[in-house]
Amino acid sequence: MRIAVLGAGHVGPVLARLALAAGYPVAVAGSGDPARIAMITEFLAPGAVALAAADAVADADLVVLAIPWHRFGTLEPGMFAGKVVIDAMNHWPPAAEPLGTSEEVAARLVGAHVVKTLNHVAYQDMEPPDGRAIGLAGDSPAALDAVSEFLSRIGFEPVPVGPLTAGRLLEPGSPVFGVDAGRPDFEKLAKEMS
Amino acid sequence: MTTTFGLDTFGDVTHDAEGRPLTHAQTIRNLVEQGVLADQVGLDFFGIGEHHTPDMPLSAADVVLAAIAARTSRIHLGSAVTVLSSDDPVRVFQRFSTLNAVSDGRAEIILGRGSSVDSFPLFGYDLADYEDLFEEKTHLFAEILKGGPVTWQGKTRASLHEQDVVPFTEPFPTWIGVGGSPQSVVRAASYGFSLMLAIIGGHPSRFAPFSELYLHALEKFGHAPLPIGIHSPGHVAPTDEQAQEEFWPHYLDVISRLGRTRGFATPTPASYAHEVGPHGALFVGSPETVAEKMARTMKTLRASRFHLKYGIGGLSHESLTRTIELYGTEVVPRVRELLG
Repeated sequence: MRIAVLGAGHVGPVLARLALAAGYPVAVAGSGDPARIAMITEFLAPGAVALAAADAVADADLVVLAIPWHRFGTLEPGMFAGKVVIDAMNHWPPAAEPLGTSEEVAARLVGAHVVKTLNHVAYQDMEPPDGRAIGLAGDSPAALDAVSEFLSRIGFEPVPVGPLTAGRLLEPGSPVFGVDAGRPDFEKLAKEMS
Repeated sequence: MTTTFGLDTFGDVTHDAEGRPLTHAQTIRNLVEQGVLADQVGLDFFGIGEHHTPDMPLSAADVVLAAIAARTSRIHLGSAVTVLSSDDPVRVFQRFSTLNAVSDGRAEIILGRGSSVDSFPLFGYDLADYEDLFEEKTHLFAEILKGGPVTWQGKTRASLHEQDVVPFTEPFPTWIGVGGSPQSVVRAASYGFSLMLAIIGGHPSRFAPFSELYLHALEKFGHAPLPIGIHSPGHVAPTDEQAQEEFWPHYLDVISRLGRTRGFATPTPASYAHEVGPHGALFVGSPETVAEKMARTMKTLRASRFHLKYGIGGLSHESLTRTIELYGTEVVPRVRELLG
């Protein structure tokens, strides 16, 4: 499975490193010319390839959106059709929005199989993953399976919390947001909320 | 590179012996005393981080730094950080160049993009623009630092044409504070600014690739090697137990409140134990414990400067002065010894 990480900021290089360590081929894309992030990729995710977003996504089976939420609107939606897409973004600052980010992502990226996950762990707490519980929400069983396998292989403990609308349970303000929990505690918290 | 040590504070409101908050005015006067004490115990740097909240009323830190400058002769004085994104680079330069004059060349400035975002609504900026604001304003600041008339055009303030920005003083050290943005590391290197790594959670060693990236980028951009610094929170008391017990209730209180707006998780005794332990980012403990952790972290990150961010909100002025004394007289000499 080939991974494309969109975003070379706080989160992207960390996830790229974890994926590389698990043996995945990884491409990283920032906004614009890949030369701008070549040095960042070389030092923070050695082994990953810096590409333009369209090239990274075209080659990938799994795409991770690790960009600031306010930049999401700048992505070209057509290129994601048929891809499994992880939405690791959050509204920032936390906003009383009518929809969770992933429902908006799915509505815009028509044809993509969106899974909300990895958004509720701070980047500084992702390494090492140490079997930390990670919630995931999505509507496509095949995409959920693929993302669960990815999360397990990079070292997390995937915990499904429901369909994409349940992704709101993982957003800022939720009792699981930023909390270091194992599977039993995480399942208990998620159950209490739903 | 010479090894140097400082203290940073956000000027949190201090409490009296009965745990009642002091006034903003008294907190600020105490802060001046703390800066003077930092000089007396031999520290190299004292920095104040800009904030705009009732808990952290240090919105005009440069004025406080000037007051400290008037009563000291050796210690360097600076920001930690200046939120450049929501300020005017011209005014920022003018204030710090004036501080540089008042202090006879002891000013330093640490520029930040702002993880603490209270200044954005206050000055009418949109948080969604913060990356662009910082990029453009850093560029203007770098142009002003070159000295001489400035010509500059951008989207975030009025253009400048052959404009003098005064006072002209000797160049003062300029740093960029980085919390976790690789772009900020590259930006610091491209301008030839020093790198201050703000490490406030998680394993400090995860910043090691940032140091390598910075040193490589400096070379690539044709700059001579520049110092890497570390900013981390802490508290020092005679024993580990005392330091940890004193710090915990205030850490819990401050992080829980900040977490509501910034998405931090509420600390637990287990997460606290991890952060004060050898793999965490809190430098809380006896002088020996804090010194060992500092020396190890500085080596791992190839840092020659360390700033202990002391004075979490709710501690008393007396408790803070004890931390300053222990840090200057016991911790720093021990770190120097450990680093050889």
